[in-house]
Amino acid sequence: MTRRFSPGMIVTHLVLLAWSLVVLIPVWTMLINSIKPKREIFRNPFGLPSEITLDGYSNAWTAGRFDLYFRNSIIVSVASLLLILLFGSLAAYALANWRSRLSSILYIYFIAGLMIPIRLGTINLFQIIQSLGLTDNLLGLIPIYVAMGMPIATFVLTSFIRSVPAELSDAARIDGASEWRVYLSVILPLIRPALATVTIFNLLPIWNDLWFPLIFIRNQEARTVTLGVSLLFGQYQTDWTRALAALSMAAVPVLVAYLLMSSQFIKGLTAGAIKG
Amino acid sequence: MANSVLAPARASEQVEITRWDVQRRRTWVLFLIPALLIYTIFMAFPLFNSMRLSFYQGQGLTPDRYVGFENYVTLFTNPLWRDRFFNAVGNTFVFFAIHMLVQNTLGLLFATLLSNTRLFARNVYRAIIFTPATMSVLVTGFLWTLILNPRWGMLNQVLEWVGLGALARPWLGDANLALPVISLVSSWQWVGLPTMMFLAGLLTISDELSEAARVDGASAWQIFWRIKLPLLRPTIGIVSVLTFIGNFNAFDVIFAMAGARGEPAYATDLLATFFYRTAIAGEHPVAQPNMGLGAAVATCTFLILLTGVSLWLRFGRGGEETLAG
Repeated sequence: MTRRFSPGMIVTHLVLLAWSLVVLIPVWTMLINSIKPKREIFRNPFGLPSEITLDGYSNAWTAGRFDLYFRNSIIVSVASLLLILLFGSLAAYALANWRSRLSSILYIYFIAGLMIPIRLGTINLFQIIQSLGLTDNLLGLIPIYVAMGMPIATFVLTSFIRSVPAELSDAARIDGASEWRVYLSVILPLIRPALATVTIFNLLPIWNDLWFPLIFIRNQEARTVTLGVSLLFGQYQTDWTRALAALSMAAVPVLVAYLLMSSQFIKGLTAGAIKG
Repeated sequence: MANSVLAPARASEQVEITRWDVQRRRTWVLFLIPALLIYTIFMAFPLFNSMRLSFYQGQGLTPDRYVGFENYVTLFTNPLWRDRFFNAVGNTFVFFAIHMLVQNTLGLLFATLLSNTRLFARNVYRAIIFTPATMSVLVTGFLWTLILNPRWGMLNQVLEWVGLGALARPWLGDANLALPVISLVSSWQWVGLPTMMFLAGLLTISDELSEAARVDGASAWQIFWRIKLPLLRPTIGIVSVLTFIGNFNAFDVIFAMAGARGEPAYATDLLATFFYRTAIAGEHPVAQPNMGLGAAVATCTFLILLTGVSLWLRFGRGGEETLAG
């Protein structure tokens, strides 16, 4: 039994503390310097600011149009996630109940996407989005993200629905419930934790995606936060306050959400990992 | 995973097919349609159709002239393309090797330390280790570019303060250093993922095994090497193959820290940045996007991935089944 102050425990803490510093110092540097006046950043890069300025933020928010980019990112992420959850849970319900050769093949077809990055199909996607008239349009990103989310959604949700005792659905069916009813009233409430896991798995890659906005979005009105950072950053290379404010603005919402939900978040991730 | 694919879904369904069953089946087909359509149209089809386009050439968006293997011949033999292509392939393997060595080894170390349920503040450590993975790769890439900046960057300043000024250098400007440095930044960002997966794996290993070994006089070190590590083999396999897939797809970190050309002098050019230039942005000095050739680059990347994943399915997963059986 390892006791609290055994030598092993002290070494464990030293290793973990050292890495925590390696993680936290850069993040701290970004946040703290984004509210310092320019001169102070180099004199005192790690300490608290003597004077707080929000110039970097207001510059990036209004002149940099981050208000618009945030709105766009939220629209794309929420719409994609809702569709992933809806389509994914419907398909998973069918795959979990339907026992046939065809449904096994379909299941493998879906989860094969876990192994193959969608980006490799970019060239043809470019043509498809173009022919749908959706280049330079936020709406063009949504179907791509939904397709990208299907493998993980069907994988996690199918195995979760299979673990729901069959008696529950069968009892509802004997009472005369249709499949729609069973899905809505029995299965959906029971798989809420799995829906949370799927949301977590898809939120970060969608919110943080650079590749598809970079290729499909030229119009400023349709830029996402990540694309906004990539375009804005070059201009502010020498203005550290502004550059760090722009980076903080892109990172802080996700960071806060993560810190608030971190235990739930990690539970979701490890649940997924165990199932994998 | 293999079991759940083949296992019968529900024993209760082993009744004869009635009209009721036919109706249910019809509903299930309806349930599958939206997912199937969007996944097929926007993922499976473009993937295979992009491979078909690697046999075509054309102006701009429409490669419509069939050229057989000409794109591949250009990619493998034309000096302008060949050197860049094999340079990108080599760099991607180096990038992957550094992640395996640094990110996954650290992940295993942290997971082992965190698997001790008596550890004080283990949830805090776990949350901190995962934090960078929640941020955009682009943001952490730019952030580290600022920290590593040779003129104003904080790293060199700190080195001077602690009397190690001789070590200060242009971290991203040196062709020998840039790729390892960027790989380390990327490992810094992603180390939380293997940590979580190894931790999940370690927590499923029954304590009784380690207890029994301890009673038999095994040291913590021996328990790790002889019991935990062998039992973790399936997780190690999954982590490796996920790292492989992620790394062969990595783009954002290079784009943020070294630009789309993988500077300096293409020393950090990966397959994804090469693909981006070839197909979308135009390769220097031609500066003209070439979709057919880009499709050939994507197809080569796909084949490398397929080889790696097949090897994993053949050997890595085999180990898992041996252990499970």
